[in-house]
Amino acid sequence: MSLAKPDALDITTKQKVALAIGIVGLLILTLAILNTNFPNQGLFLSLSLGMISLGIIIYSREAYLTKLEGIKNDGVWFKSISSRGIWGWIVGVILTSFYIVLYFYPQYLGLGVDGASNNGLISLFDPLSQLLSGRNASQWFVYGTLYTIAILAFGYKFILKYRHNRYQQVRTISVMFFQLGFAFLIPEFMYVMNNDLPYYDLKSVWPLNYYIFDEWSVKGFLSNGNIGLALILFGIISIFVISPILTYKYGKRWYCSWVCGCGGLAETAGDSFRHLSSKKMSAWKLERWLIHLVLVFSVVMTTAMVYTYLGYDSNDFWLTKAVFISLVIGFLTLVFVGVMLFKRHELGKDAKYGAIGFFVVIGLLVTMHFTGSTDHVFYVKAGTLRSTYGIYIGSIFSGVIGTGFYPILGSRSWCRFGCPMAAILGFQQRLFSKFRITTNGGQCISCGNCSNSCEMGIDVRHYAQKGENIVRSSCVGCGICAAVCPRGVLKLENDSMKGRINPTEILLGNDVDLMELVNEK
Amino acid sequence: MDNIVIIGNGISGVTLARHIRKLSDKKITIISSETDHFFSRTALMYIYMGHMKFEHTQPYEDWFWKKNKIELRNAYVEAIDTDNKSLKLANGPVLNYDKLVIATGSKPNKFGWPGQDLKGVMGMYHKQDLDNLEVHAPNNKVCKRAVIVGGGLIGIELAEMLNSRRIPVTFLVRESSFWNGVLPEGESQMINRHIKNHHIDLRLSTNLKEIKSDENGHVKSVVIEETGEEIACNVVGLTAGVSPNIGFVKSSKIEIGRGVKVNRFLETNIPDVYAIGDCAEQHEAIGNRRPIEAVWYSGRMMGETLAQTICGNRMAYKPGHWFNSAKFLDIEYQTYGWVFGKKGRPDYEQHFHWKHNDDTKCITVAYHKDSNEFLGINTFGIRMRHETFDTWLSEKRDVDYVMNHLSEANFDPEFYSHYEAEILSAYNKQLETA
Repeated sequence: MSLAKPDALDITTKQKVALAIGIVGLLILTLAILNTNFPNQGLFLSLSLGMISLGIIIYSREAYLTKLEGIKNDGVWFKSISSRGIWGWIVGVILTSFYIVLYFYPQYLGLGVDGASNNGLISLFDPLSQLLSGRNASQWFVYGTLYTIAILAFGYKFILKYRHNRYQQVRTISVMFFQLGFAFLIPEFMYVMNNDLPYYDLKSVWPLNYYIFDEWSVKGFLSNGNIGLALILFGIISIFVISPILTYKYGKRWYCSWVCGCGGLAETAGDSFRHLSSKKMSAWKLERWLIHLVLVFSVVMTTAMVYTYLGYDSNDFWLTKAVFISLVIGFLTLVFVGVMLFKRHELGKDAKYGAIGFFVVIGLLVTMHFTGSTDHVFYVKAGTLRSTYGIYIGSIFSGVIGTGFYPILGSRSWCRFGCPMAAILGFQQRLFSKFRITTNGGQCISCGNCSNSCEMGIDVRHYAQKGENIVRSSCVGCGICAAVCPRGVLKLENDSMKGRINPTEILLGNDVDLMELVNEK
Repeated sequence: MDNIVIIGNGISGVTLARHIRKLSDKKITIISSETDHFFSRTALMYIYMGHMKFEHTQPYEDWFWKKNKIELRNAYVEAIDTDNKSLKLANGPVLNYDKLVIATGSKPNKFGWPGQDLKGVMGMYHKQDLDNLEVHAPNNKVCKRAVIVGGGLIGIELAEMLNSRRIPVTFLVRESSFWNGVLPEGESQMINRHIKNHHIDLRLSTNLKEIKSDENGHVKSVVIEETGEEIACNVVGLTAGVSPNIGFVKSSKIEIGRGVKVNRFLETNIPDVYAIGDCAEQHEAIGNRRPIEAVWYSGRMMGETLAQTICGNRMAYKPGHWFNSAKFLDIEYQTYGWVFGKKGRPDYEQHFHWKHNDDTKCITVAYHKDSNEFLGINTFGIRMRHETFDTWLSEKRDVDYVMNHLSEANFDPEFYSHYEAEILSAYNKQLETA
């Protein structure tokens, strides 16, 4: 695998020391998994997390601060870890195994079952969990802590790597802030204030947060008075008001590469793997089918979930099954008709697929309404449906494949192929947003640095070399294509909707008559 | 059905083929002996640096050609017989054409230096040069030092490439300052300092006398003309410019000078034979352009234009306002309109120069000293909009207008610091003292 490649550059002595420090930190965690009983868990946990962070920090400082500011991609396709070499596969296997154990066999990490106390790795995190929320750790707390450490430490690395680029720095500070505050600390503090509230990461919006409208979740919120009601209202407003406005103004990047935790990890810890995403046309075709199927699935599933616990009688609660299903169908129809009326020409051939998708969803919902019973939808037990969705989409897709396969498929395969939230935001970005990547006249030299560094697998060059702005639903606005462009061709910006999609045959710089003749045909 | 044969699969030939395909159903064949598929020549450096692999430098996937019915032939053309409208390919086969386009680009210059053909001496232009460099300079153990001869765009790219593998580089530049035949003095000197900051041993006003061989015919050292100093090295990069790659045309009836001579319609002296890109030489230069333009963008524009002519809409090559770009290690450079260095600068051309304190950003604005008309801008470390300058040049704006509206042309990423206010105040100050 890596035999035919030129030698990767050696790392310096200081970097070797940094690696050693980080590995000792990891070793403590590994020993904990193997059920080593550390005498002072608080001390060893701090030591472990501290050494991992310190290792990453020293390593990055040595890698970037010893050189002049600029693009630092030397050797990424030579290094074994970042070019699907032996180290890449090893890391991929370790990560994937970790996710499988985490999601399906947490007892191996030491989770106390049936009220028993934790042991192993999870008990190592008890002191930190006690400190934050006064309860023992769960596997999710362990995961959340490691996840946050990864975003913070590798975020620091990323900031150093792009220390000449303010957009990258600001964006990275933003994902670090949202991970530490919104995903990690605030939910813990919310638990301290009111321990009946379901876990709620305020920035995690449906359909990414696929369980927010589950019965247990909604009941949990509603049984907690005004604060619970406020939280669930915030969840609904996030979907229908906040997110469309922000996406209109800034594109989906406001979420995907500034706020989202999945995106945050991809942009920081996953940065070394961004170039591994496939740019082939075939991958793009697969992406469009897969992501929209997941979206259809999550819309139908969520509707089905809510549907099962609503009543038939409007005297009990105004929102009955019939009212709810009508509201959903009404809303989807409104979106569909609006798009077909105003954006038909922009969709082109895809309009047909959109229409088929729409009618399939409506058909499913209607079928469900007329065949469903109190606890069965589509003749399947509602709870089974929900847990199936949770396992296949929530766990396997987003975690095991999405993150575990970083060193193989690149850092954003979940965001690209599976995230229903990205599908919704992308749909809006493509049709109704001021965001685009502007191409700078005729300056493109087709070098391919932009496409190579696109974590979402967009063939950016395909547009840039035609002098065409990039308006793609999948673009998360990370801005790396613009950063690595050696000729200053790309710029992320929010401008007017008019003229943002501008395919041209003859590029700026040629004869004006020829440009007029060909481009304005 | 017309049978169009294009020799050369670079940006000119490929752009031409794509545009002919858009306009017509003609048979199109592209011949190249360099690579099977089109790649971006300007991106070769990034392969050696490990930023990309070769396949990433190919702008079109391999299925593209078949889908668009563009036939690709990996072959070498030995001779052109314009009387019989045929090409003789190496190893025998003959290929007929109805219309022939020569788009064979350039080859690196060699000026008859002793030892210029030794092993380890190379240009940096073709895919084969890259493969050769990988053999002779895989790392700093095999190649303990490299010497680069010639201070132009390819020279500095080669220096950056070798630097990325921590191979020590000595960079011999004939001129008194880097690329100062093109760049005004302030810019050129800023780049000198930037090169040295990258620990590249830059030797200005220095010429190569000879390249010495070891017992195996491999380069051992170079000798400097001025001082007689001998520098031990394992690789010598010859990057003293390029010239048209037209050796195989010489035996034909096609008129050549330094390149293949063409008129404004990119037609040669022989009917149905055309030349585009680096290898074409205009009988008379267009505006301030050179008769031979070895520039990516020009090659592309000629391809766009000639497709019209070949498809029945005879059209002259009339490029718009000059623009170009490059990157010097970490500093990006763009130019719009004309800004001359010392060499060839017209009397009427006046400059305003601003440089940032950090020594990595500067601009030079050229204007007409009598009419104040804005003539062009060089910008380093600050990205600017092509379209804005193209419009201003067409509208013949004066320099005051441009300086006061400079922020409209800014193309830097969001959240970057802006320097327009600082630039404007420097400009106004210069006016007061002038």
